[in-house]
Amino acid sequence: MIKSLADLEKAASEGARNIHPPYLKVMVGAATCGIASGANEVIAAAEESIKLIGNGAVVTRTGCIGMCYEEPLLDILKPGWPRLTYSHVKPEQVAGILEAVKDGKVIKEGLLGKIEEIEDITRNTRNTRYRFPLEKVPQEVAEAEHLFKLPFTDKQQHLAMRNCGIIDPESIEEYIARGGYFGLYEVLTEMEPDEVIDMVDKAGLRGRGGGGFGTGRKWRYCKQTEGYRYVICNADEGDPGAYMDRSLLESDPHSVIEGMLIGAYALESQQGYVYVRAEYPLAMQRLQKAIDDAYAHGLLGEVIFGTEFSFNLRIVKGGGAFVCGESTALMASIEGKPGEPRAKYVHTVEKGLWNQPTVLNNVETWANVPLIINKGADWFASIGTEGSKGTKIFSLVGNVERAGLVEVPMGITLKEIIYDIGGGIPGGKRFKAIQTGGPSGGCIPESLLDLEVDFDTLWEAGSMMGSGGMIVMDEETCMVDVAKFFIEFLKDESCGKCVSCREGLSQMHEILRRITEGEGQESDLDLLEELGKVMQDSSLCALGSSAPNPVLSTLRFFRDEYLAHIREKRCPAAVCTALIHYEINENCTGCTLCAKNCPVHAIAGKVKKLHVIDQDKCIKCGVCQDVCKFDAVTRNTRNTRNTHSSEKPS
Amino acid sequence: MSHVEWQGQAKFTIDGKEVVGYKGETILEVARREGINIPTLCYHEALEPYAVCRLCLVEVTVGKRTRLVTSCIYEVAPGIEVKTSTERVTRNRKAVLELLLARAPDAPVIRKLAAEYGIEKSRYPLIKNDNCILCGLCVRACREIVGADAIGFIDRGTERRVGPPIERQSERCIGCGTCVYICPTAAISLKDVSKSMPGVHKHPYDYEAPECSICGEMNLESESKAGER
Ligand SMILES: Cc1cc2nc3c(=O)[nH]c(=O)nc-3n(C[C@H](O)[C@H](O)[C@H](O)COP(=O)(O)O)c2cc1C
Ligand code: SF4
Ligand code: FES
Repeated sequence: MIKSLADLEKAASEGARNIHPPYLKVMVGAATCGIASGANEVIAAAEESIKLIGNGAVVTRTGCIGMCYEEPLLDILKPGWPRLTYSHVKPEQVAGILEAVKDGKVIKEGLLGKIEEIEDITRNTRNTRYRFPLEKVPQEVAEAEHLFKLPFTDKQQHLAMRNCGIIDPESIEEYIARGGYFGLYEVLTEMEPDEVIDMVDKAGLRGRGGGGFGTGRKWRYCKQTEGYRYVICNADEGDPGAYMDRSLLESDPHSVIEGMLIGAYALESQQGYVYVRAEYPLAMQRLQKAIDDAYAHGLLGEVIFGTEFSFNLRIVKGGGAFVCGESTALMASIEGKPGEPRAKYVHTVEKGLWNQPTVLNNVETWANVPLIINKGADWFASIGTEGSKGTKIFSLVGNVERAGLVEVPMGITLKEIIYDIGGGIPGGKRFKAIQTGGPSGGCIPESLLDLEVDFDTLWEAGSMMGSGGMIVMDEETCMVDVAKFFIEFLKDESCGKCVSCREGLSQMHEILRRITEGEGQESDLDLLEELGKVMQDSSLCALGSSAPNPVLSTLRFFRDEYLAHIREKRCPAAVCTALIHYEINENCTGCTLCAKNCPVHAIAGKVKKLHVIDQDKCIKCGVCQDVCKFDAVTRNTRNTRNTHSSEKPS
Repeated sequence: MSHVEWQGQAKFTIDGKEVVGYKGETILEVARREGINIPTLCYHEALEPYAVCRLCLVEVTVGKRTRLVTSCIYEVAPGIEVKTSTERVTRNRKAVLELLLARAPDAPVIRKLAAEYGIEKSRYPLIKNDNCILCGLCVRACREIVGADAIGFIDRGTERRVGPPIERQSERCIGCGTCVYICPTAAISLKDVSKSMPGVHKHPYDYEAPECSICGEMNLESESKAGER
């Protein structure tokens, strides 16, 4: 039970001993991303070899440090050494790595980097760093790269992710050792609720779930309404490709719990919910463990830290639809009703869950709160841009060398994110666009790569921050096809209640289908724009009003691609199946491989003679191109058999 | 977000006309009382408003802020300025009607409303001719008035449709026909299936129909007659 500062400090020193034990510790990144790339097998191998080392050596799990492209990651913490991180670890390598370490040696192969110091986020330690005590470090280790100075990490700043990949997410003591729950202690014993609100407001924290509404302001509005107040954490995370909230819950669940406790104190709320997406079993499991531990230590429940403050927290499993992440739909879903947005002009801070004043914040928003208490509002506000303070986690995916979670200060340019951190476009291809903000975000072209990313600049560029998805697209991407993809997602995920969104998406999808199949007309573009504006104006909820973004932003920046599909019946990126054809060129050696593999027998040709594709039979599956060893099959940006193609030459 | 507390009467304007509303009343209610026409499709005096047809849009100015709201759920407050037929209002209503006309081109009520806004033919393609515009009047009537709760919405997005739970025969349906009478587009229509009693509803969707718990003879049939009424 933790009832006092002394109890907290005792837990902290216990946790610190676990983070940096006086014996060898092996740590494996085991969030969902790590497990998907084989972390569990690596753990099993490490547990096997650690037995031979003895001397109290242990294997533990940690969360995701963001380098998903390097996983599985294995960390070595040996007293007197910096922390070492190995990447792409195969189970059969583990024994070798550990044996070498036991003998004071280091295997260089696979060694990604070392950590000698780390940001110290404990209370009242503004901007200092924790240094590992080093002694007798082998040459290889001295020469190793610094993990936080690699191209991928150098420009990052892990605030919300402060403990990710550093601590065991299932250990409350390790969280406390990193300054956890000290902020809560300070708040409960030294601050008035309204002071907490002022502090969060002054820090300039804006909601990380999409809208970017000022968190302090939101709390204050809620506080103005009398009632039984609720606090909720939105962990529905329905954007395809985005996984920062999952990663935070799997890597550092206590930061979210502490954030909610602080918010609840400020709002004088006694009950909270975490609404977790149904597809996130590991996040739910780790969060549940953290909640149970917090109860067991007296940090949730009655009379926390011996004060009058009591708070209960419960997980609610999500309703399984993208739209359930919308605030009113989420609250309906918690109430056991269908997860559909409700039409009301009263905000949920006044009448939310069970018609009571309710504050809903995103996972990352909550995770930032304890930090503001620990390090101060001014410190937080010194990071970022004029209008957007602090950092943002992005999930950087798509056609980029290094994909993963990146936490960067607001105001960093898109170029820095894509090229410096992400390492640019693979295969020497050209960059075409970056899609930000989730399915209802927009596509930003090359000409805007110097954009300094924050809530407002992205908005002005016709996109949005959303929850932080970033999909990099190379020259082989068709922007009309991209717009169609997102509209299709939204058309299926809309609740279907209101006419503008449901019928609008259905028609948008149909028009885009026509264009990608070469049946579009130029007037379709005006119709799309007109329809988009109407949906923005007249939809019932933010899903419908933001849904036209993928279309409007591609029309704004990539209109020529739409026109090529319409006027020339040509897909410039050679993606839209109806507008392309395959051909065999003189590289063909007549090996017959393509003809053997073609599922519809559309390829004819004699052995050692040039082969030919029958365009009328071809179904454009692309198998011939995949199997050809001589680069003899080309995909061409026009459909030769297309009857419309001669209609309107441009 | 911050709203001013008030009690009793609210004086405000609709299209410049001074009107009075009471706490909890919506703009639509006051407008109807004052004889100001605002078109609606999903609204019914006897039911909870649902705000999905988006036809009752009006512009409301509160202080310096003007926005487009659905009048069927927007509660009046002192000093607000309501405009029911600005360019923005008309443009959005027209667009909504054009979308509805593309879905239900044969429904007389939609055709008539569209024509009032100068739309004879939708520029949007007909994807699937469906007289049901998902206004939810039948679902709400069945729940709120009849109390049977025999039909509801199935699926989401563009697949959303009306039917009994899990699209099987609903034992809750008492065959009262309320849904048939309330449907504005005749998507659920009357059919004489028993010698003794006419007036039984059939839905445009395929599912097994219940027997009437009163006469035991009624059957739902999966057959739709567009624009029968
Ligand atoms: C269709 C839709 C889906 C949303 N999904 C999420 C989500 O998955 N996670 C989230 O935090 N916010 C989501 N939001 C935003 C929430 O409605 C809400 O604004 C947010 O959770 C508030 O928290 P914040 O102020 O901390 O950002 C969604 C909004 C819409 C319209
Ligand atoms: S805008 Fe879309 S998701 Fe929102 S209520 Fe309307 S139909 Fe449902
Ligand atoms: S009557 Fe208001 S939205 Fe249908």
